[in-house]
Amino acid sequence: MPTEPGLAIRRKSATPSSGTKGRSEAIEVSKLVDIDLCIGCKACEIACKEWNDLAPDDTANFGSYQSHEDLTANTWDLMRFKEVDLDNGDLAWLIRKDSCLHCDEPGCLLACPAPGAIVQYENGIVDFDQSKCIGCQYCIAGCPFDIPRFDQETKKVYKCTMCVDRVDAGLEPACVKSCPTGSIRFGTKQEMVSYGEAKVAKLKDRGFDDALLYDPSGVNGLHMMYVVPRGDMLDDYGLPSDPDTTTSLSFIRALQAVRGVGAIAIWAGLIGSALYWLRSGRKRPPPEDEAVAAAEELGRDDDEDAAIEPVPAGDAREDDWP
Amino acid sequence: MTNHWRDFRNSDVILVIGANPAENHPCGWKWAHVGRDERGTRIIHVDPRFTRTSAIADVFVPIRAGTDTAFFGGLVNYVLEHELYHEDYVKLHTNASFIVAEGFKFEDGLFSGYDEAARSYTTTTWDYERESGPQGGGGPKPGLGQGTTSTTPTTAPSFAKVDPTLRHPRCVFQLLKKHMSRYTPEVVSQVTGIPEDKFVAVAKEFAATGAADKAGSVVYAVGLTHHTSGLQIIRGAGILQMLLGNVGIPGGGVNAERGHANIQGNTDNAISWEILPGYLGIPRPGMETMADYMAKVPAKQLRPNSINFFGANYKKFLVSQLKAFFGDKATAANDFGYAWIPKPAQNSSWLTIHDEARAGRLDGIIYGGFTGVTVGPDSRRMAESIGKLKWLVIMDPLPTTASEFWHAPGVDPEDVQTEALFLPATHWIEKSGSFTNSGRWAQWKHKALPATGEVKDDNWILGHLFRRVRDLYRKEGGALPEPVLNLFWPYSDPGNPGLDELAMEVNGVDLTSGEQLSTFTALKDDGTTSSGNWIYAGSWTAEGNQMDRRGTDDPTGLGFFHGWAWSWPLNRRILYNRAGADADGQPWDPTRPGLRWNGKKWVGDIPDITATSTPADAKGAFIMTGEGVARLFAPGNLTTDGPFPEHYEQTETPIDNLLSGTRRNPAAFLYEDAPASFADDDAEFPYVATTYRVTEHEHYVTQNVPYLVEAMPDFFVELPVELAEKKGISNGGRVKVRSKRGEVEGVAIVTKRMRPLRIGDGKVVYQVGIPVHWHYAGGKGEGEAAPMMANLLTPYIGDANVRTPEYKGFLVDIEKA
Repeated sequence: MPTEPGLAIRRKSATPSSGTKGRSEAIEVSKLVDIDLCIGCKACEIACKEWNDLAPDDTANFGSYQSHEDLTANTWDLMRFKEVDLDNGDLAWLIRKDSCLHCDEPGCLLACPAPGAIVQYENGIVDFDQSKCIGCQYCIAGCPFDIPRFDQETKKVYKCTMCVDRVDAGLEPACVKSCPTGSIRFGTKQEMVSYGEAKVAKLKDRGFDDALLYDPSGVNGLHMMYVVPRGDMLDDYGLPSDPDTTTSLSFIRALQAVRGVGAIAIWAGLIGSALYWLRSGRKRPPPEDEAVAAAEELGRDDDEDAAIEPVPAGDAREDDWP
Repeated sequence: MTNHWRDFRNSDVILVIGANPAENHPCGWKWAHVGRDERGTRIIHVDPRFTRTSAIADVFVPIRAGTDTAFFGGLVNYVLEHELYHEDYVKLHTNASFIVAEGFKFEDGLFSGYDEAARSYTTTTWDYERESGPQGGGGPKPGLGQGTTSTTPTTAPSFAKVDPTLRHPRCVFQLLKKHMSRYTPEVVSQVTGIPEDKFVAVAKEFAATGAADKAGSVVYAVGLTHHTSGLQIIRGAGILQMLLGNVGIPGGGVNAERGHANIQGNTDNAISWEILPGYLGIPRPGMETMADYMAKVPAKQLRPNSINFFGANYKKFLVSQLKAFFGDKATAANDFGYAWIPKPAQNSSWLTIHDEARAGRLDGIIYGGFTGVTVGPDSRRMAESIGKLKWLVIMDPLPTTASEFWHAPGVDPEDVQTEALFLPATHWIEKSGSFTNSGRWAQWKHKALPATGEVKDDNWILGHLFRRVRDLYRKEGGALPEPVLNLFWPYSDPGNPGLDELAMEVNGVDLTSGEQLSTFTALKDDGTTSSGNWIYAGSWTAEGNQMDRRGTDDPTGLGFFHGWAWSWPLNRRILYNRAGADADGQPWDPTRPGLRWNGKKWVGDIPDITATSTPADAKGAFIMTGEGVARLFAPGNLTTDGPFPEHYEQTETPIDNLLSGTRRNPAAFLYEDAPASFADDDAEFPYVATTYRVTEHEHYVTQNVPYLVEAMPDFFVELPVELAEKKGISNGGRVKVRSKRGEVEGVAIVTKRMRPLRIGDGKVVYQVGIPVHWHYAGGKGEGEAAPMMANLLTPYIGDANVRTPEYKGFLVDIEKA
């Protein structure tokens, strides 16, 4: 991944005052997926892989039009398909492009203890720098949308970069370029919001009373929004109705609140609780052995911000994840 | 398409039937979405399967595969019954007023003239009543498009009688009404499985486009053509659109979505055996001279105001084509080499060709971009047929099931005596040339990748092959050597004719001045012009390659883009566009003026009639017919199975014909031994199967493309939840599907998108979906033991008119594997 393209940086993980604002006046950008125009062709999936040099996976049909059951460290963009019965007896086949939503208040970045491993540019794009990633997977816990994926071989976490290298060069992301219907759009955040609001009004005219522009305030808005015709079915689309960075970060925040107390017992208790919460309340468990080792190393030579005590290795393995 | 892709944005309602454009034509389909965003276009999707098109449609209507004639019959009946037709249009632009001769009858599913033993019709009673005495005089004044007119005296037969009031009991309008009156919503529902209320709702919505200021489009693909009555289904769509006044207008039309990028170009240039390039009929035995041919083939003028452009100019197109074929060897003295054109004594469709091979009457076949085994139908029979050949040449970029048929699973190469020769050819991505899209736009494209290794272009292969064959004829002689020895071969590299040279030759040249022609109205029948395909005249003019233009001006705002590429004929974007205006030349809908008479000339699109021909001349809009109007009733031998569409059940069907005692299409040809491989009823094979493609795959090549294999990785079978429960089949598990001809095995997709339908008096019918793509030759399919060619299942029978195989709607059984 490109580490520091010539884009102005708003902030970096675990790095106070990391912004370079003032160097340039960046315009906030956004992607928008107009679900009304999406035909589920997967051109975006393939374009994503080709541009980002991600090799094809050896997939197998699991009784669906969906190529993979879930996002992977090697598949950052996935068309999800779901059949839903409607009240009037008709059927809806919900199709959604699932990939990083580039939160304006990115839970992944705020959770990340590795300085500079997650970067948010002034334009709003949230990018991972794997060279600085310690594999602790706090970003996974911090993400309200369940997007980042850990690679067991490289021990790093990956997700959509919004093709920041292309954007830096004045191009649209690869998925946008490949979309044959214009469902995936790219422009300034303002342009995309205007498009989205106008489209929602049209959808309402067409009888989609619950149509909405998905741009939740709990994460201070998104840099990849959706126009959702059936806004009453967010759950079926796999979109949280009220995502919130605060909630997803509660465990990290709890740690930060007691920073400096130094009482080993308190630390241990807190971490134990946090682990329990993570296991039962979230899809992804926290760090594994290797990540812990990396965190330890980090803890030794960084400031107290990142000096989180090692977490005992959990017994949950990737294989066991639901 | 009568219209074109971009024109979808001008529609009020789009009826998509037997097509899956979101999946198979995503780039063109986006204009329907644009229409919806801009003007609230409604999209109705009628299909056996709920597909990715249904997912974004406003209305989805499930239908039993193979019952589309009944569906269209029902719509036509609804429109007539409720008087929702566009009356002025019907009177002005259709043959509704024509009186049919007394002998024409229709009884119990059979039209008059049926010969049961021959399984064919004598069509003499399918005719108009004629006015007494010879008519005519000076004959028509054909004049098309750009103002060039010429007068061809025709022997004027007597004209058809008409009743402009449409009241005569034998006028087409009354006969159509009577014929279609049997297609009530109730019967249509019982036949098609569409719930009656849903059918009526759709009928009401689409029929509303009969208002003069509304535009409805019918969009179809091979879901309508892959049937024994495929042609009649399309006729049904045509009749509906004619009654609603939807042909010739922006946002209307009967729009066929063609298969891959250049299927339209293939058809235009005679990939079908029954035509010469430009839709000129192939001569038959008995048409020994051009005079014989001209007496029998071209349409005759049937009304005083009929332009009969095609019929009147046929000879010019044919002679110019013969000049392109044979150059200086084509002279007036030798009938321009007419005698050298083959005159097939029997059907020569691909089904017949392979049947001939199977019977041992054919030595060899050259396949170019075709692989009989996967294309089918009845892959096992196809493989058996090519196994009887002495030689088989395959010209293709990648190994195919034909090139590898001798080591297909279950075949012992020792048993195969056929010599198979594989000639690696460039892929279209490795060469420049033209693609003609569904909307008739010929667009020049440019080579994207260099060819690798010893791969050669098809034109190189054919060029070298031709020269060697010609040398053999020169040295050794042979039967009928003239067409080979006299073939005009003027290319700068005779072994490798340039695609640009060929395109210029197809366009045509004035042989006197040597200039490229700009219009087919300049073609002559005296040997002074040459044109390989009259409808492409204008595609490569003295100004250069018109297909390579990329102008983006759209002065009308209707999306014609006359400066972008080039469309046949004469860069016209909407066919029959004169019909889009009333008797005074004013557009039916002033907000969508496809063509308008401004007092001096027609403006808008390139007009179908002479630009300065006044509305007062009342020249008919349908310039390709002798009638000068569109045919609700198709007289004479235009079809083999009836002047009106009639519903018959498929070759394999779970139910009797509810509309007549004639169960199957009585004129569909039965190949030797084939009926023995058809299931008589649904006792052993209770489920209706249909075949299709998915967006991730293209034909048979993409199993070689890792990213596309990743996106849609395996051969699968889609089946209803209820059927899966009955059979103990789980989603994602494996299933076997069996027809009387073969078996396939794949992953089960158990889905609510395949809904059971109720037909007849409540019988439940389950439908099963089987995609066409996977095979044993190369890529991911290589070495796969399970059979996964959908066409192992399909029946060896074709449409009664054009022999397109019945790939949709055959019977199967299914079980857990």
